[in-house]
Amino acid sequence: MIVSRRWLEALLGRPLDAAAVAECLTMHTAAVDTVTPIHQDLRDVLVARVLEVKRHPNADRLTLCLVDAGPGRGGPVEVVCGAPNVQAGKTYPYAPVGAVLPGGVTLERKKIRGVESNGMLCSARELGLGEDHAGILELETDAAPGTRLLDAVPLGDHQIAIDVPANRPDLLCHKGVARELAAVLGGTVKLPPIPGAGGAAPAGGDAALGGLRRAPSAREGGAARAAEPGVAAGPSGPAIVGAVDGVEVRLEDPEGAPRYMIAVIRGVTVAPSPRWLADRLSSVGQRPINNVVDATNYVLFELNQPLHAFDLAKLRGPAVVVRRARAREKIVTLDGVERTLTAEMTAICDAERPTIVAGVMGSSESEVSEGTRDLVLECAYFQPTRIRRTRRALELSSESSYRFERGIDLLGMPDALRRAVELITAVAGGELREPPLDLWPQPVQEKTIFLRPEGVSRLLGIAVERSEIERLLSSVGFFVAPKDDRLAVQVPGWRPDVTREVDLVEEVARLRGYDAFPDELRPYRPGTVPDAPVERAKSHMREQLARAGFFEARTVPLGPPDGPEAVAVVNPISSEETHLRTRLLPGLVRRVEHNWANRNRDIRLFEIGTAFRWTAGETGGKGLPEERTRVAAVLTGARHPPHWREGAKVPDMDLWDLKHHFELAVGLACPAARVQVAAGKTGWEAVTATGEAVGWAGALQADAPVWAAPLFGLEVDLAAESGVGAPLAYRPLPVHPPVERDLALVLPAGVTAVAVADVLRRAAGALLERVEVFDEYQGPGIPTGHRSVAWHCTFRDPARTLREQEVEQALERALRSLEDELGVRRRAG
Amino acid sequence: MRDLLAAIDALRERLQEVPQADDRRLQDLKTEVLGRKGGALTKILAAVPKLAPAERKAAGAAANALKREFEEAFAAHERTLKAGAGVARELDLTMPGRAQWRGGLHLVTQVVDEICEIFHELGFTRAVGPEAETERYNFTALNFPKDHPAMDAQDSFYLGGDVLLRTHTSPVQIRTLERYPPPIRVVIPGQVYRRDPFDASHSPVFEQIEGLAVDEGITFVDFKATLTAFARRFFTADTRVRFRPSFFPFTEPSAEMDVQCQICKGTGCATCKQTGWMEILGSGMVHPAVLENCGLDSERYTGFAWGMGPHRIAMTRHGIPDIRLLFESDMRFLAQFAGGTR
Repeated sequence: MIVSRRWLEALLGRPLDAAAVAECLTMHTAAVDTVTPIHQDLRDVLVARVLEVKRHPNADRLTLCLVDAGPGRGGPVEVVCGAPNVQAGKTYPYAPVGAVLPGGVTLERKKIRGVESNGMLCSARELGLGEDHAGILELETDAAPGTRLLDAVPLGDHQIAIDVPANRPDLLCHKGVARELAAVLGGTVKLPPIPGAGGAAPAGGDAALGGLRRAPSAREGGAARAAEPGVAAGPSGPAIVGAVDGVEVRLEDPEGAPRYMIAVIRGVTVAPSPRWLADRLSSVGQRPINNVVDATNYVLFELNQPLHAFDLAKLRGPAVVVRRARAREKIVTLDGVERTLTAEMTAICDAERPTIVAGVMGSSESEVSEGTRDLVLECAYFQPTRIRRTRRALELSSESSYRFERGIDLLGMPDALRRAVELITAVAGGELREPPLDLWPQPVQEKTIFLRPEGVSRLLGIAVERSEIERLLSSVGFFVAPKDDRLAVQVPGWRPDVTREVDLVEEVARLRGYDAFPDELRPYRPGTVPDAPVERAKSHMREQLARAGFFEARTVPLGPPDGPEAVAVVNPISSEETHLRTRLLPGLVRRVEHNWANRNRDIRLFEIGTAFRWTAGETGGKGLPEERTRVAAVLTGARHPPHWREGAKVPDMDLWDLKHHFELAVGLACPAARVQVAAGKTGWEAVTATGEAVGWAGALQADAPVWAAPLFGLEVDLAAESGVGAPLAYRPLPVHPPVERDLALVLPAGVTAVAVADVLRRAAGALLERVEVFDEYQGPGIPTGHRSVAWHCTFRDPARTLREQEVEQALERALRSLEDELGVRRRAG
Repeated sequence: MRDLLAAIDALRERLQEVPQADDRRLQDLKTEVLGRKGGALTKILAAVPKLAPAERKAAGAAANALKREFEEAFAAHERTLKAGAGVARELDLTMPGRAQWRGGLHLVTQVVDEICEIFHELGFTRAVGPEAETERYNFTALNFPKDHPAMDAQDSFYLGGDVLLRTHTSPVQIRTLERYPPPIRVVIPGQVYRRDPFDASHSPVFEQIEGLAVDEGITFVDFKATLTAFARRFFTADTRVRFRPSFFPFTEPSAEMDVQCQICKGTGCATCKQTGWMEILGSGMVHPAVLENCGLDSERYTGFAWGMGPHRIAMTRHGIPDIRLLFESDMRFLAQFAGGTR
C-alpha cells in the first residue's frame, strides 16, 4: 500500500516528516518498506516573474521575456519563450542555465534564432506535472521570485510504501494510516473539505443524506411494497428488493453481498478531473482517468471503500440484480478479456446479463464514458472468501478485490457513499434526487469484547494502568466502557481482525511500543521434551564424513521420478521437479555433473536428508508418505591431494575406497546391518538381521566429461537410534605378546576372501586374534584361474604367553579345514 | 688384551663422526664399524673369544657396550635424517607440506547448529517432525483461517488430498504440544517448501528453525528477553535489537525482530536497504487458539514462538549474493566454509 505524505497531512491537518512517519508506522503498526520522494527532480526549478514581454527580432512565434528570477543574477535575465500564454506581471516556473530537468536533461545556454536565452520558462509537461504543453504553467503563488518551486507550490511529496499485513485492511487507505499516526504522534483525523463542495464534509453520522432508507431484515420479514425495499422470491431464494430513482435493485445473493447500497446521480458531465484530484491520485501512483472514476478511486484510497460507477443508460431494465452467476455465463471485463463465470461467483447484472464480476472488475459495456449523463453508484460489502475464490478462479486481481478479500468496513459504508456522492457532484456536477438505497437484510452492530485489565499484565509481563489501556484503545477508534471489573470494548467496523481479548492485548502492546518492554532474562522451568535422537545421529554422521574428506551438499529434494514408489507433486513448478526423491544419490549425481561442468575433477560430496515414498496402502490421497532420513555420498577423482615428493600423478579413488567409506557409514548409520556383496555383484549392500536392504554402494553412471575419474556412490538409511544404545564397555588391553604368522594361500576360482577368513577364524579358534589380507597375486607359479591371497595372522592368548607349538597346531587345523572345505592350499615356496 | 682395549677406545672416538654424517656417509660408517666382513668392531668382537678366559669378560663387556652405543647412535641419526630436520642438508622448507583431503559441513548446517547450540544454552532441546504434512497441522491447528489472504505467502506443493509439503516448521509446534506436557522448550530445525521458483533470493525449499516455549506464567517480557539474548550471542554482544508489530495467525501479539545491520553496523547500506536493520525472525506470543487446538487451557498456559531462516541469515551474515550458491554444491564454494564460519 502506497500512501502520500501530503494526503496524510491533509487528513491530520499538520505537517509530517516522511522519515518520522515511516519510523512511527514501522514501530507501532506495520513495516514501511520504502519512502520515495516524488518530484525531487524539480529541485533546480525556481519561481520567476515576467517583467516585460517583447517580440523576438527574428521569429514571429517567439517572444523575448525579461524575467526576474530572484537576487544573485545581476538583475533580470532575458529568456526566449515560445508559449502563446506568456504575460508580463505573471509568475511561471523557470529553469536557469545548468538546471537538471525531469528526464535528466541539463539545460544549456544557447541561442534561439540568433538571441541568447538564459534558461527556460516551463510547461507542465516539461516538469512532469501533466500532459499540458500548449503553454507555460501559470503559477498562483505569492512566493518571491527566486524561491524554489518545490518550496512555493505544494508539489513535493513522499510515497510511503507500507507492507500491510493480511489482517489489517484498515491500513489500505489514508484515513486508516492517519488514524494510526494520530494515535502515536497526537492529533485528530478529519476528512479534508472537498474543493467546490459546500463546506467541510461531516465527520460521521448517517443523517447527512437526510436519512438512508434501510431495507428491513429478511428475518424480520418486512412488508414488501412497490418502490420500497422488501422481500420477494427471486430465482435463487429470497431476494431483497428495492428501488431508487427509477432503478430497481434486487439483492438475490445476500450471502455473497451482505450489504448493498446504490445511489443514482443524474446529470453529470464526464471530463478530466480538476488538478487537485488528479494530483492526489498521481501521488499514490494512480493514473487519472476521468472525474467520475477518479472520484471513486479517491474514496477508495481515502476510506478503503471500493465503489463502482456505471452508466445508467447502458443498464437494461433499468435494474441492478445481485445474484449468483450462472455456470459458463460470459462477461468481457474492463481489461478486454472475455471471462467465463461459475455458480460460485457473485455477479452484478442488469435485467439481462452480468455487468460486473462482483468485487473484482466491471465490464467494458457498462463503463462510464464521456457521454455518460446518469450514474449508478454501487457501494457494497462482498463476502471476503467469495471474492478470494473468484479472484483465484479468474486469475484476476484489482484494487477492489484486494480490499474485499481482506474485509472492508461494513459499518462505514454510508459515510463512504456520502463522501463519494459529495465528491462526484463537486467535480462532475449532477444531483442526487433520492437518498441512496441500502439493502442490508441482516444488519449487524459493532462487536463488543470484554477485556480484563489483569489479563493484559498476565500476558505482557508488566503492569499497565487501566486508564492507560483505555487511552490506548480509544486512540485507534475502540469505544471503551468500564463494566464491573472489566472493560467492555466496542470494535470499530474497520477492524475485522479484532475478535477476542488477546487481540486487544496486542493493541495495547503495539501502541505502547514493543521497545518499551523490558528484556531481562528470568528463570524458567526446564522442558519435558528430550533432544531429538535423529538430530544427534545426523550430527555424528556429518562429522564422520567431513573428517573423511567429504563436503556436505544440500540439494533440492524434488526431481524427476526415481522409482515406482516416488511421491508426485500435484502442482509442480517445473517439469524437471515433479516428484519427491526416494533416494538421495540421483540428486548428488546432478551436483557432481554441475561440478564437472565447472571443471572440478576431485569431488567428494555427502548429504543427509529425507527420502519419501508411498508405502503399500498409502498411495496418495490418504495418509502421509513414508519419510526416511538417509545419508548418501559420492566420490570421484584423486585419492589424496598431489604432493611434489610423489610427483604429479595421484591414483584415482576406486571401488576399495568406496567400500571403506560404505562400511564406516553403515557402521554408524545402521550398526545392526551387515555389508555384503550385492546381488549381481554390482556393488555392496547393507542388510539388517531381518533381511531388509537398508543401503547400497557401487559405481554410478553419469554424464561425465572425458577427463573425469570413475564415480562411486553409497547410500544408507540413518537410524535415529544409531547414536544411542548401551554404552560401550572397556576391553582390557593385552599384556601378553602376540605371535604373528604370514600365510599365503592359493584360492581356486569362486572362493572369496571372506569365506577363507571365516574358516580360518573358526578352525584356528579363539587364539586367532586378528586376520588381515595384505596381498593378492595372480601369475607365474599360480595355476590359471587361481589366485594367491596373503594373510597376516595375529595369535594371542589374553591370559598367558603363547607357545610357538600352540600356534603351529592352530595353523595346521586351519589349513586342513581350508583344504577340506574350500580346496584352498598353502602357496608352495 | 691391552691392544684390544686400546682399539675399543680408539673406535669409540669415531662415535663423534656419526652425527655429522649424511645419508651416504652413514651407510659407509655402518659398514666400516659393524660390517659383517671387515667391520672394525666385528673384528674386535671376533677377537674376544681368543683372549684368556680371565680377560674375556671385561673385554667382551666393553666391546658389546660400544656396539650398543654405535647402534643407538646410528639409529638416532637415521631418524634425524629421515625426519628431514634439515640441519645437515639444504632442504627448501618453503616447499608445500603434504595434505590430506579435508571435508566440511555445509554453511547452512553450521548456522543451524550454531543457532540450536545457543538455544540449547537457554534450555531448548531439538524437536523434529515430518516434511509432508496434512492441512490440519500446517494450517488449521495453527489458526489459519480458511481461504484467507494470510495463505497467500504460503503457496504450497500438494501431494494429493489434504497432504502437502509443509510451508513452515510450525506444524511441529502442534505435534510437540500434542505429545508432551508443558513446560515445553524446543527448537525445531527442518526443511520447508514454498511454491517459489528459484531466483537470487527464493528457493522452493529452504531451512527453517522454529522455536516454542509454553508454560504457566510466560510473558511478553520473557519472549523479548530470550530472543534478544539469542541475537546478542549469535551476532555480537553489543548488537542492537528491535521488535515491531507483525502478523501471523498463530501468534498474538505478533512481532518481527530486527537486528542492527551487520554489514554497515546500522548506518545504512545496500544490504539493509538503507534502514540500518536486518529482519531476522518472525515471532510472537502463542495464540490462545493454538493452545486450545492442542487441548491446553489457554487461561492457564501462555507461551511464545518464533521462526527464522538459516539460509537467509547465512546470506546476510556472510555476504552471499545468491541463494542458489547454497544449493549448487560447487566444491569450491563448499570449501570456503569448510573450516568454520568465522
